[in-house]
Amino acid sequence: MVRIIVAALMTASLAMSSVWAADPIRVGAYLPMTGNVAAYGQMGWSGITVAREMKPTVLGRPVELKLVDTKSDKVESANAVSRLIEREKVIALIGEMISGNTIAGSDHAERRGIPMVSPTATNPIVTQNKKYIFRVCFIDYDQGRVAAKLAREKLKANTAALIYDISQDYCVGLASFFKKEFLQEGGKIVAETMFKSGDRDFTPQLSSIQAAKPDIIYAPIYYTECALIARQAREMGLDVPILSGDGVQAPELLALGGDAVNDVYFTAHFHKAMIETDLGRQFLARFEKETGKPLDAFSAMGADAYFLLVDAIERAGSPDPAKIRNALVNTKDFPGVTGKISLKEDGNPIKAMVINQVKDGQFEYVTTIHP
Amino acid sequence: MDISFATQQLVFGFTLGCFYGLIAIGYTMVYGVLRLINFAHGDLLMVSAYFAFFGIIIFELPWQISFLLAVALTGVLGILIDRGAYRPLRHSPRISALITAIGISFLLENLALVIVGGRPKSFPLPSLFGGVIKIAGVTIPVLSVWVFFITALLLAAVMYIVRRTRVGMAMRALSLDMETVGLMGVDANRVISFTFVLGSVLAAAGGMMWSMKYPAVEPFMGVLPGLKAFVAAVLGGIGNVAGAALGGFILGVAEILIVAVKPEWSGYRDAIAFCILIVILLTRPRGIMGEELPD
Repeated sequence: MVRIIVAALMTASLAMSSVWAADPIRVGAYLPMTGNVAAYGQMGWSGITVAREMKPTVLGRPVELKLVDTKSDKVESANAVSRLIEREKVIALIGEMISGNTIAGSDHAERRGIPMVSPTATNPIVTQNKKYIFRVCFIDYDQGRVAAKLAREKLKANTAALIYDISQDYCVGLASFFKKEFLQEGGKIVAETMFKSGDRDFTPQLSSIQAAKPDIIYAPIYYTECALIARQAREMGLDVPILSGDGVQAPELLALGGDAVNDVYFTAHFHKAMIETDLGRQFLARFEKETGKPLDAFSAMGADAYFLLVDAIERAGSPDPAKIRNALVNTKDFPGVTGKISLKEDGNPIKAMVINQVKDGQFEYVTTIHP
Repeated sequence: MDISFATQQLVFGFTLGCFYGLIAIGYTMVYGVLRLINFAHGDLLMVSAYFAFFGIIIFELPWQISFLLAVALTGVLGILIDRGAYRPLRHSPRISALITAIGISFLLENLALVIVGGRPKSFPLPSLFGGVIKIAGVTIPVLSVWVFFITALLLAAVMYIVRRTRVGMAMRALSLDMETVGLMGVDANRVISFTFVLGSVLAAAGGMMWSMKYPAVEPFMGVLPGLKAFVAAVLGGIGNVAGAALGGFILGVAEILIVAVKPEWSGYRDAIAFCILIVILLTRPRGIMGEELPD
């Protein structure tokens, strides 16, 4: 008798496990887990994994996530996407965290018709003339505009100096959008300096900025460089406020920058003080319980990319990439972690923007700007 | 451009030049003895920064002890790399050793990546090295003064060791003819190990100074200073210790001045620095202070 029960149990468990293992829905994630912008990838991935735990199945099938590291590199990003599509046979993709890598990766996905949702690639080119590429973040055109307004109205700046990374699409794009809007608002750009990813010494750029005596410095760059620039600027006695973009919201900015990054203002995707949706509150509780860390912007954006994609697969009613794409385009008022998301035909959402500030070694919420 | 602005740029250029020089000394010394371009030199710098970081942050040792330990451990690592990777190839074609050096470089970077992860750590700055001195409107970071003296001191020490001591004599002899030196009763392997220890110690000193100035410690932090130091070494005449320091100075000052004079060219900083290298090598193929090479 016992034997029969055991046998029955074993067959049952075998049958069940084979159902589970047989047809998971495969979603690929290509993220910068190492390299220059590893903080974004690691934060994004922890957000995606917690989101998956909250919603592990879609269409009655488990979601299987395949992660490939892009090493924060454009070529690796393109390779990661083709590997995920050709070898892992994923039906949808999440990634990358930064614009340059997403542009490099999106080509292959577009050609093979695999829908992709980027959590935080903000450069307009990312989705331009692409049918299958989407994102859950605002675009730099709007970010530059808001930053210029903030500089003019809140920081009362008449003159600004720019410093940005010429090897990153994100930095170049955001700097030019800011410049355009700032000039239109009647401001003046008194110095424009550049550097290249990996540079560690910014003293000559900063001293030519110092000589131009701007009211503010606009630095649309990533966190490591921003922290070092703030330190080197403060050390040489350049005390004007620094304004930056969503790329600096990583704990590394605070750790590397120390006192020097106090009062850095930046436009951002998210601050946990702005959560408005039920999903956001549930995710916040779950995330902080599981990781033991406060919820950050990139984890929240990663989670939203996952939730949005899973919702679209649900609405598509089948794991067919073309149908998922159509469902994504028709996303209306999806209540995500970072707010309501509606996607437009061009792949971009209509999204609120947050202004944050570094205060006493913390990211402080200042205000939300609705579209 | 007024005087204080120009002086300020020279100060920054000098600082950067000292860093390049400090790292280049070790590079060029190993080359001078072994005719081996040790591409792992920049990565030894990274490893030493991690050693010091862990000493201070994880084991909560005073920074003096951490720094000394880091220097010692990096020296040991230098011996291990020589034993494991270079010694077996001592009689192989030079190109094999060169490729192995690149391999060691990748190995160290990726090991660091696996062990500590890719996110940058903040290197602590002991208060002794912090702060700035202001003279007539020119800002001089205290660290720059330290870097200058440490570079000068280490340069003098290396020159003394190579020119005035027995082991230095053995090193110079080795660089001319390894086999004959062996026949003369000199333990070539011991001398080479010593060379690697010295090179690694110099890399470690550079690593700690570099991380205090640019406090983002990450697995690939050694690539850029390593490359620049290599350029500085070639510029000064590879194999020549004083030339390496001079090459570092020229490179550092040139990089800073280019950006300061023409801010709109700041993105082409490296390109211009390398153009200088090409021009100097075209006119003086062995570098500024390079000697006639035996081959």
